[in-house]
Amino acid sequence: MSNEILMEIKSVDRTYVDANNHTVDALKDINLSIRRGEFLSIIGPSGCGKTTLLRLLAGLDVPESGVITLEGEEIKGPHPDRGYVFQQGSLFPWLTVEMNIATGLKARGVYKKHKNEIAQYINMIGLGGFEEVYPHQISGGMAQRVAIARSLINHPVALLLDEPMGALDAFTRADLQDKILELWKKNETTMILVTHDVEEALYLSDRVVIMSPRPGKISEIINISLPRPRQKNSQDFMVMRSSILEKLHLASTIPQVEYNI
Amino acid sequence: MNNISGFKHSKLHRFLPVQPAPVCTDGRKYFLLTLVSVAGFFAAVLVNLLFPQAVSVEIKSYAVSNSVSLTADQAYRLVLAGLIFLYGVIGVYSFFRGDLRERYLSRVPFRLAMGLALALWDILGTKLLLLPQPFFPGPSKIIESFLMEGDYIFQNTLYSLRLFTVGFVSGVVFGVGTGILIGWFPKVYYWVYPVLKITGVIPAVAWMPFALTLLPNPFSAAAFLIVICAWFPVAFLTAQGIASTPKVHFEVARTLGAKTPYLVFHVAIPHAMPQIFTGISTANGFAFTTLVMSEMMGQPGGLGYYINASKVWSAYYKVFAAIIVMAVLFSSIMKGIGFIQNRVLRWQRGLVK
Repeated sequence: MSNEILMEIKSVDRTYVDANNHTVDALKDINLSIRRGEFLSIIGPSGCGKTTLLRLLAGLDVPESGVITLEGEEIKGPHPDRGYVFQQGSLFPWLTVEMNIATGLKARGVYKKHKNEIAQYINMIGLGGFEEVYPHQISGGMAQRVAIARSLINHPVALLLDEPMGALDAFTRADLQDKILELWKKNETTMILVTHDVEEALYLSDRVVIMSPRPGKISEIINISLPRPRQKNSQDFMVMRSSILEKLHLASTIPQVEYNI
Repeated sequence: MNNISGFKHSKLHRFLPVQPAPVCTDGRKYFLLTLVSVAGFFAAVLVNLLFPQAVSVEIKSYAVSNSVSLTADQAYRLVLAGLIFLYGVIGVYSFFRGDLRERYLSRVPFRLAMGLALALWDILGTKLLLLPQPFFPGPSKIIESFLMEGDYIFQNTLYSLRLFTVGFVSGVVFGVGTGILIGWFPKVYYWVYPVLKITGVIPAVAWMPFALTLLPNPFSAAAFLIVICAWFPVAFLTAQGIASTPKVHFEVARTLGAKTPYLVFHVAIPHAMPQIFTGISTANGFAFTTLVMSEMMGQPGGLGYYINASKVWSAYYKVFAAIIVMAVLFSSIMKGIGFIQNRVLRWQRGLVK
């Protein structure tokens, strides 16, 4: 991890209009610098705008005000240099595992030139032998690995992970966490993970960004200096976890409006 | 790692739901049932040979080639012999394929009944002439029309096939095209979709007077009607399929670097494929109806024309001959489309019942 700034979020606001025509501040005055090669987690209660922030980084959404830059250039739309992994169900059901991974190449029109790389990525995610299988025939954990490989084959500088393990059972989740760490080390990709699981954030990240809702804003950024590989049952890990949980709890507490009837 | 969710092996077919069929292992029983399956046709041959002809009918012999000539009864028995041979061969093939055995055996009663029905029909329609004539001729009489004018029937079949192919293929292409535009562009949806909804429910043959007057020849008029009737269901369902593509699929493709053409041709259209094929199957049924109706009302050829022309001479056996050709032709076309559909949608296997 270097100290070089890869992405910069400067005073970003994002609002949307809800079903009752009320304007809701999804994000309010967000400032964040993301370093090249780091593993950053964004954590917070639901409604704090963490997914919105990730979508802004991907270019799938645009901020109302403020600016987001990648290597000094403003992000204007999606680009393969920022891979995005959705929570679930994002594989194309009509394509085999192999062809889903090939989509990354095909969408950029470089399939013919780089198709020999596909096998390497299939092996990297440990799905050798599953090339010809369709998405509905594999488990949720395997599907997420395919989704990750599909993004990585484009050699992104950053991989944006939107609760990729949210819909998985505990065992598959732990397995995929290790896989993601392994891929991070191997590919030296900057990882930005949105999660609501404190343990997951702590296990994986260099830094944890805690967000609070209504309006969505960053309440704290914590450096995790625990040595890797981390033990989830070690004393330090436990202490760190409860301190983050406490901060998260504070962040979630919304000042109550007093009612006088 | 790989066996975390129970998948240990890489062989795809292990994942597909295969119903274990109880395989008939008794060779002798299988052989006997194969005999039963063709016994009906044997009975039909025997009835045709041995049952006394109660009312005398004129027996004509038709030259099939320079040296061979056949009577209608001989041709009928030849057809029966062909069926016996066919089902016998299928029986042997299924026996050695093993997995097809149960399927073959399940059809034994139906084949037996088919043969017996032919025998009964022969007795009532030809031997005793108990069925009202000339409306319900016996099986040999129907086959006689192929002996009499097989070439002519063949020509008319080709005419129908050509008309159907031209009309149906253009209708499907046109329908998929409109469907994509409607499903993709909100403006096109706004302006074209209501028109599609209103005009689509009108049976295509209602446009026949205009088609016949405005188009240069009867062939293009009929082709036009088939185009319209295929166009509507295909366009409608294609539009639905395109419009219902989940947003996440587009977003994934965009983050992978896809531009609009890729989103249309590699995301939206593949997603719409199941619905496009539903549209094509529906259109297929409409197109057969429109084809025959327009041939009956103003074509210089085709099976519909042949039916009409034969009806004028009260040659109902020829009408039946044309109906049989239609049955074979149309079910082959449907089977062909079904085959393509299974190939294109093979990813759905195991996903959809």
